[in-house]
Amino acid sequence: MKYCKDFIVVKNEIITPTLYILRLQYPETLPEIKPGQFVEILVEGERDVFLRRPISIHDVDKENNQIALLVQIVGKGTSQLYKLKEGDTLNLVFPLGNGFTVIGKKVLLVGGGCGAAPLLYFLRVLKQQNIKSDILIGCKDINHLFSKKEYKELSNLHVTTEDGSFGEKGFVTAHPILNEDFDAIYCCGPTPMMKAISQYAKERNIPCYVSLEHKMACGIGVCLCCVVETNQGNKRTCVTGPIFLTSELKDF
Amino acid sequence: MNTSNPLEVKIKDMILRNPVMTASGTFGYGYDFEDFLSLESLGGIVVKGTTGSERQGNPYPRMAETPSGMLNAVGLQNKGVDYFSNKIYPKIKDKKTNIVVNVSGSTIEEYVEVAAKINSLENIPAIELNISCPNVKEGGMAFGTSKEMAFRVVSAVRQVYGKTLIVKLSPNVTNIVEIAKAAEDAGADSLSLINTLLGMAVDAEKREPLLSTITGGLSGPAVKPVALRCVWQVAKQTKLPIIGMGGIMNAQDAIEFILVGATAIEVGTANFINPSITEEIVKGMEDYLQRHNIKHISEIRGVI
Repeated sequence: MKYCKDFIVVKNEIITPTLYILRLQYPETLPEIKPGQFVEILVEGERDVFLRRPISIHDVDKENNQIALLVQIVGKGTSQLYKLKEGDTLNLVFPLGNGFTVIGKKVLLVGGGCGAAPLLYFLRVLKQQNIKSDILIGCKDINHLFSKKEYKELSNLHVTTEDGSFGEKGFVTAHPILNEDFDAIYCCGPTPMMKAISQYAKERNIPCYVSLEHKMACGIGVCLCCVVETNQGNKRTCVTGPIFLTSELKDF
Repeated sequence: MNTSNPLEVKIKDMILRNPVMTASGTFGYGYDFEDFLSLESLGGIVVKGTTGSERQGNPYPRMAETPSGMLNAVGLQNKGVDYFSNKIYPKIKDKKTNIVVNVSGSTIEEYVEVAAKINSLENIPAIELNISCPNVKEGGMAFGTSKEMAFRVVSAVRQVYGKTLIVKLSPNVTNIVEIAKAAEDAGADSLSLINTLLGMAVDAEKREPLLSTITGGLSGPAVKPVALRCVWQVAKQTKLPIIGMGGIMNAQDAIEFILVGATAIEVGTANFINPSITEEIVKGMEDYLQRHNIKHISEIRGVI
């Protein structure tokens, strides 16, 4: 079941001048939300923003009926949302997309930059299911590392930074954790990173799931704008995805 | 006609409980919207453009946001008429609303084949013949931009299609009345307009087009003034009932189309912004009639 409802902004937590976390209160009991799913936000007050903006769900607090969205400023829509303050109303269509499929007993999550957004809630669900996880985060520098405390509580955190200000210096693809055995790898981040991790997984015969970010209009499967080429033809990122097994994607 | 229902209208033999329909390609096959509204509250739904065989559509990117609107270049991605008849029709045939199939093709033979197959589906009261898609290489808009071609394709489909035949017109012409008259002369029962306006969008930083096909179809509030003008011109010069569309975002927009001569309206791009907008438009139209003490919507049809 999908919903189109208003949320109230509880907090707009600024992480860097271009990265922020919106904590939103749902006025009713939150419906079932799967990790990896996303919302479509109605952006108000910006003349040039016409369509909703698809943003992945960073965290879910079922007890308090709150969700968190990690947002990076990339254009006029996300700049407008940056201005939201406590008490503001935000209309969302949610929850959208397929979400992650859990396989195996020991998994690796790899996140790059703000693309790592859906991994936090995924870690919570993995922990509930007693699945052992490692999370490898790649980011620019220590200032761009968000939700570190939560990652540590839920999983084994490994970090690479481009400048070496935290964790290993360099990119995720060179991190030694990749030498361990895993039943599945889940990767969210910039496309070149997801392709490199997918290639690594392929060589070791490990199933690899990625979360795709495609331009969307409706988010509910009817406009056919967000298609991705798969082995079974064009599929809609918003309903068949955004999580895809890379062996099914033409471009991976 | 049931005059106790102030919004009930008729398109040839198809009775609509209200003038609000959904535009092809913006509402799937209806069931995707059932979380947000009741299909029974709508006058009708027009399902995704259906062709003779499966089409993969155009490569990604197929969409670009533009001021007060969007461009699309989907290119009629669909699984073909047989898949529709065997797999989708059984799922939607008992929905209590008018289900109209948008029929598309590359050749006259393809339009005829699809129309004939849809004709045999009992619970489909009408087809909307799409002679105006700007996003396919062959056919599509080519049939809707020449009066001779429009006449030929509509005549051919009329031979095999016995129920309500709606012809969807393109605004990308010098004289839309000429095409409308050709469709009327060829036996169309109704005209729907407008399809999208041919446009393009450019990324100045990357110095490249935003769509894989370079050009695409513009929709949304940006096109409403063009759509109103087209509906007004065609309504004045043909006798057929008109289904108006182009940038309708609320009940006031819908009423504007009725005032310039439309019998019914279709809501398209607005479904992407607010998935329950069509139901809200029905309520807004009811309120409008009450507020102005109008007994039936036909009283204000074409008064401009």
